[in-house]
Amino acid sequence: MPESWNLLHDLGTGLRDRANILAVACIDVPTWRSWTTWVTSVGFRGGAELLFNGVKKHHVTLPSQSEPWDMKQLLVWIQRNLLKERPELFVQGDSVRPGILVLINDADWELMGELDYQLQDQDNVVFISTLHGG
Amino acid sequence: MLLCQVDFLPQWRRAAQKCVCTWRSCEVLACLQWLCSHPVPVSFRLCFKDFFIHKFKAVLGKNRIIFPGEKVLLAVSGGPSSCSMLRQVQEGLSQKANKKLRFVPGVAFIDEGAAIGQSVEERQRTVAELQAVFQATGFPFYILPLEQVLDLPASVVATNPSPSEQPASAYKAAVHHFVETDGSNFPRPQEPKKTLLPRVQESHTLMLQQLLGSVKTLTAREELLNTLRQHLLVHTARTEGYSKLMLGDSCTRLAVKLLTSISLGRGAQLAQDTGFSDSRYGDIILVRPMRDYSAKEVAYYNHLFTVPYVVIPSVDTKTVDKASIQRLTESFVTKLQTDFPSTVSTIYRLTSEKLQTACRKRSGADGCDRCLLCLCSLDTAVGESLTHTGVTVHITVLHFSFIYKQGCT
Repeated sequence: MPESWNLLHDLGTGLRDRANILAVACIDVPTWRSWTTWVTSVGFRGGAELLFNGVKKHHVTLPSQSEPWDMKQLLVWIQRNLLKERPELFVQGDSVRPGILVLINDADWELMGELDYQLQDQDNVVFISTLHGG
Repeated sequence: MLLCQVDFLPQWRRAAQKCVCTWRSCEVLACLQWLCSHPVPVSFRLCFKDFFIHKFKAVLGKNRIIFPGEKVLLAVSGGPSSCSMLRQVQEGLSQKANKKLRFVPGVAFIDEGAAIGQSVEERQRTVAELQAVFQATGFPFYILPLEQVLDLPASVVATNPSPSEQPASAYKAAVHHFVETDGSNFPRPQEPKKTLLPRVQESHTLMLQQLLGSVKTLTAREELLNTLRQHLLVHTARTEGYSKLMLGDSCTRLAVKLLTSISLGRGAQLAQDTGFSDSRYGDIILVRPMRDYSAKEVAYYNHLFTVPYVVIPSVDTKTVDKASIQRLTESFVTKLQTDFPSTVSTIYRLTSEKLQTACRKRSGADGCDRCLLCLCSLDTAVGESLTHTGVTVHITVLHFSFIYKQGCT
């Protein structure tokens, strides 16, 4: 074979190798988030903090999973990991107890889809109890 | 219509077709799209703030009860609603306010730590937190331990003669005079005195706890606390020279109070318990300027504009739904409000407003018997008007019970 073929072969092999690497990177780029963890800050105000040992702000790192976290899963996670007492005063069924206002990035969660809202990285969720105090 | 009131409409798209703010033409769809994908835009915050402040001034201006230069005592419990009221007064009195408020405020806080069994250290910590908040406002403030109610004179449960009723034109004339003289003839806002935290004798604390402990049910205990609180506030207003007492009850709280009062047999006193003004004490008029704000609006405002407030447990904190009539009614109303967002406003507007007019006419009678504790006229007359009022309110309650049951099935 002429030298140019060898050169082309080497080039092709090299490109193929590089192309493989590139292909792996391309495949992984859409799903790279599954390797990251979701960081959100969760706040409790208006009396809700009484159920969380009086701690008003929690910086939370949610474990990674294949699908994005939604509010329904976040509520379950909060109930299991942050809530210290009287779960019936915070959650009712799948949702929060009536009278607790939920704000996602300072907007009412009713505008965001309530339980179906998919959390994004660095979201700020605040639970404000409107039942306490006058 | 406020953005917070979007929950009145099941579909937020319908909300997008209506105006968010009633006096500014906002691009609602753009606003809502922004909210969904961005932090709350500055333009919306300012719009909401203006609307919130305007509503406060509008309710005072519409009722024309507080005259320029008058001394008004603000009853602040440390909770979100009363602290929001304090902030509104601050905003209204600030130099750069459009149409400044014209009265002279003072702040009263009742330390009820004895009622919930708090230790002295916990009470001092709470009081210190609130003292910092009051000092920042620059208004004179009074920290009142609830134990002081045991030393009140008997005159606190007497109706003092009320000042002669002023004609409608007197308010306008007073405002005109105030503006012309630039308020120079009226009392100046007092500098807050350096008050030490009042000392409380342990014997007084024990006596108060015995008094509250002797009450068998939580319902009655809450009512008794309410009465003692009001007596202490009225006495403080009288001794310090205030003629008006501002309470921070929100619309949600008043709707719950209205239904609770009916359950407790206080149907004839609803107008005074939940109306804008309450003149049962004669010389001290109780006003409720926060009655047009829902608890949700107040919470949203406090969050957006970092209004400081202190959460203090009360006797019904962390209790079950059926612990007292007040708790049960609150649970009923808030659950119904979730699925039927006009619940609170219906209870409040259709019943409270109607009752106010009827009761004013009746309370004109002289020499009527009054309750020793709450100083309201005793409901001993048996007549058509009372029956009609009772039936109207009863039907409203049955209507809501029916909707609730339908929703539950």
